[in-house]
Amino acid sequence: MTDVEKRHATPATLEWEYAPAPEARDIVSFQQRYGLFVGGEHVEPRTGEWFASISPATEEPLAEVALAGAEDVDLAVGAARDAYENGWSGLRASERAKYLFRIARILQERSRELAVAESLDGGKPIKESRDVDLPLAAAHFFYYAGWADKLEYAFPNRGPQPLGVAGQIIPWNFPLLMLAWKIAPALAAGNTVVLKPAETTPLTALLFTDVCRQAELPPGVVNIVTGDGSTGAHLVKHAGVDKIAFTGSTEVGKAIQRELAGTGTRLTLELGGKAANIVFDDCALDQAVEGIVNGIYFNQGHVCCAGSRLLVQESIAETFVGKLKRRLTTLRVGDPLDKNTDVGAINSKAQLEKIRELVASGKEEGAEIYQPPCVLPEKGYWFAPTVFTNVAQSYRIAQEEIFGPVLSVLTFRTPEEALEKANNTAYGLSAGVWTEKGSRILWMAERLRAGVVWANTYNRFDPASPFGGYKESGFGREGGRHGLEPYLRFE
Amino acid sequence: MALAPVLPGGFELPLEPRLPRIGSVDAVALEARAGELAKRSIKKESKLQALELAVRMMDLTTLEGADTPGKVAALCSKALRPDPVDRTVPPVAAVCVYPNLVRTAKERVRGTGVKVASVATAFPSGQAPTGLKVSEVREVVAMGADEVDMVIDRGAFLSGRYAKVYDEICEVKAACGEAHLKVILETGELGTYDNVRRASLLAMAAGADFIKTSTGKVSPAATLPVTLCMLEAIRDVNDESGRVVGMKPAGGIRAAKQAIQYLCVLHETLGRDWMTPDLFRFGASSLLNDVLMQIRKQKTGVYQSLDYFTID
Repeated sequence: MTDVEKRHATPATLEWEYAPAPEARDIVSFQQRYGLFVGGEHVEPRTGEWFASISPATEEPLAEVALAGAEDVDLAVGAARDAYENGWSGLRASERAKYLFRIARILQERSRELAVAESLDGGKPIKESRDVDLPLAAAHFFYYAGWADKLEYAFPNRGPQPLGVAGQIIPWNFPLLMLAWKIAPALAAGNTVVLKPAETTPLTALLFTDVCRQAELPPGVVNIVTGDGSTGAHLVKHAGVDKIAFTGSTEVGKAIQRELAGTGTRLTLELGGKAANIVFDDCALDQAVEGIVNGIYFNQGHVCCAGSRLLVQESIAETFVGKLKRRLTTLRVGDPLDKNTDVGAINSKAQLEKIRELVASGKEEGAEIYQPPCVLPEKGYWFAPTVFTNVAQSYRIAQEEIFGPVLSVLTFRTPEEALEKANNTAYGLSAGVWTEKGSRILWMAERLRAGVVWANTYNRFDPASPFGGYKESGFGREGGRHGLEPYLRFE
Repeated sequence: MALAPVLPGGFELPLEPRLPRIGSVDAVALEARAGELAKRSIKKESKLQALELAVRMMDLTTLEGADTPGKVAALCSKALRPDPVDRTVPPVAAVCVYPNLVRTAKERVRGTGVKVASVATAFPSGQAPTGLKVSEVREVVAMGADEVDMVIDRGAFLSGRYAKVYDEICEVKAACGEAHLKVILETGELGTYDNVRRASLLAMAAGADFIKTSTGKVSPAATLPVTLCMLEAIRDVNDESGRVVGMKPAGGIRAAKQAIQYLCVLHETLGRDWMTPDLFRFGASSLLNDVLMQIRKQKTGVYQSLDYFTID
């Protein structure tokens, strides 16, 4: 035994625990009730129905929200049409830009408030809403504000013109960010919008109505209708809508596409994914482990482009999975408002049940499950970070989107095999490649059938970079110059 | 002259599955991870514990041409009782001085548990013949140094003569005898994290008890990402061979807040087993008073001016 080893034998003296470090929640105050935002006014729903939005971390109701029916949607579309025809479409493009810049700045100024609201309503860790959702949402408005008066340069000699009224339906995983992805390019291109936030996370969209007022955005340019799936269906079916943009599940996306077939309404869909994160044996191991963790446990895995399948080269599989499991033991699951929380609450009871069901199927099919020891709060919806090893390509957990903090590990032997396995899915939204070899990154990126390929990083977003899928992951691109195109017609 | 192993100890080419290579480091991701860890929020009781641990882990350092026996004696008194007003504040781990001042320091701290560390091997450049370096080490050990902080020969390392670096560390280790060897990589001169990792593994393979970032004479000295990179190398060696090697970031750590960030990185990389002065040290000359000030703030709720803390 060396001297150092002897010293090491003396027990460590420190019980190191981070004390709770909660972000103050009194910065945000919700109204008891939120009506619909139509024509610049908050109005009561014609349905007379309301539903509660709860905090998934505590199950405590945060506010009551209107349930919009067909008549409400009709009024909202009418207000959007009115605003489009009597003002917004005739406005100088630089004026449109002005409003978008204002919104971007107000989002920055109110970012703490909105981040806390986002974490309360959706259950995501405050460090993510604070460091990712809000900065990116503001960045999208800034970015598209810049394009508003330069559309001729974005699409030279094509005479870009706005479409009219855009109906937009967004998911619950990044409520405010998805709102920004939808509203910013639509407005920059000269359209007006009716946006329907997700049923479980409507509150930041409703706070955003206040941002619109603060920015003195003309009434009716942005309309928000809250509700459930039926509200979305009314919006999709409405004849006065020129374009539908939907982000959400593949199942609903297919239904929308069936509904719109032959109507002439434009459509873009950003749907599910089952992305492969491919780790080669020459990668920077510890950083790749970080990337895999970020790829699947970021936002509790409620990310359409989550790296939910880890394909790791067999020669390093044991070492790599060992490192990964150890890293999982340092993930902190708990109160979304605690600044030290890495993994927050599952967004809803329904989603939690879906995750449980798929995890049960994984166990049943013979995969080996690992979950780090962690104490989950009693109230609220929680799921421990999970890794499945010994997963075969044919298992449900390797095929179906789980949309939760669950990683399936598969191995491969050669780059060709990795590519085959990665592409062997109904989806095609994103993929990750981890290697120190530049030529291999390019080789893989050319052949991966995925809209986004990240190399030696994951889940990085930038407003200038287009995002969208292949196959059942949808069509159309959001972000970048590409993201303007679905909101324009050309002469 | 012996050859440096192509792969450091514990990283031999695999007959059974093990890390097949020295590996590489992705700079962007490493810095991002260190940045994430720096945002950890440490409060109340945990903060007080962390601050006291930082004191116990400190190598209180003076490495100036102007150092005198008087200056070092004062440093030793400060090391033994950092806060004369608050007796519950523990002594630091060691004092770190130039060879000529080892005797003075040793006399002052003998029998107290505070160690004497001496820099050696033509500190800070390391640009001297190996024989001189080895005899310097023998001499500081004979004078009573408990710990030797050597520098690697960066000239040899950067020109690819890894064998020279490795052999020199082996010889110094042999000359140390019972004394504890810390190997300074001077990461500020190595240029890439890949080099930092390679030098870390080389030093550990050659017998380092600790690896240390910097001399304090080169900027940048210790940084959070470079420390994370070295801690990951330590973890890999521990995984592969079971060997336990310590870590010492040195230079540039002046604020208690920084010290806590280093402890977070340590805790989340190597875990609680390494949260001890036996395996982690801060090399610092001006950190102590800020830590003391924060300790008093935690205990009394108010800040006191620097005039209430002795300068040495």
